[in-house]
Amino acid sequence: MADTFALTPELEAAIGQASDPWTYEVTTTSVRAFARGVGYTDPVYFDTEAAKAAGYRNLPAPPTYLGTPIFIPGRSDDTFSSPREGQPRVAHGLKNVLDGGTEVEYLEDICAGDTLTGVSTIGALDIRDSKALGKMLIVSMDTKYTNQHGRVAAVLKSQVIFY
Amino acid sequence: MAVDWNTIREGDELPVLKKKPSVTQLVKYAAGSGDFNPLHHDFNFPQSKMLKSIIVHGRFKYAALGELVSNWLGHRGRIRQISCQYRGMDFPDREVTCGGKVARKWEEGGRKLVQLQIWTENDEGKKTTPGQALVELR
Repeated sequence: MADTFALTPELEAAIGQASDPWTYEVTTTSVRAFARGVGYTDPVYFDTEAAKAAGYRNLPAPPTYLGTPIFIPGRSDDTFSSPREGQPRVAHGLKNVLDGGTEVEYLEDICAGDTLTGVSTIGALDIRDSKALGKMLIVSMDTKYTNQHGRVAAVLKSQVIFY
Repeated sequence: MAVDWNTIREGDELPVLKKKPSVTQLVKYAAGSGDFNPLHHDFNFPQSKMLKSIIVHGRFKYAALGELVSNWLGHRGRIRQISCQYRGMDFPDREVTCGGKVARKWEEGGRKLVQLQIWTENDEGKKTTPGQALVELR
């Protein structure tokens, strides 16, 4: 637990920095794996015939699933599978991490066969006090996912808590 | 039973979705999502020891809220926006109830829109993951 933690100019320099683009794949196998992980029983997320009967061009990405980032050892984060290379760095030195909140805005349908290109930008850094966890740093990040047709398919806003 | 635009009323409650994620289910979610944070499967991980348990992924609860809305829509519409805040931790083998309510129903430029309040509630009745969803019906 951190008793004192302050935003330094070095940390604040990360605000507004954008990542390099990274590829997120949406495949029949990845959609099934995500749907199975959540515990869906709806065949539309597993059976391509059921998906087509429901009006989709292929298995639809379940809500909140925005593709699987291509994993490359050394270039990807071994814990979270997200890209590490070309990402803005917030060198806060805090050890523990919790999720704060998530929002996805959908602009296009996302189905198996789609390839999304994600670019993340650090929107804000905030410090809050928690009785249980001490000083917390909240990193707000926006990620824009552009599909293979060059259209923005989804925008993810996430808040991650470090303490 | 899929939803029907004409019969939706503000204040309607969505059929609840009950989850009781086991450690195995969380492992499946880790594999499906790519989130291998040991806090969600390893009781010996320092942060788990500090919390005296592993905890359910916040994003699992978020995805379960997506399932709640997807089940209600029955593919007769699309989610345009879905959000939640992780206000409280949930633990494996404990019941998580996903609930929702129609907050607003309106038409705008020919689009049939419904704003939902959504949440997960733990087995002590505490709303650990409140959120919102905007859906567009066909």
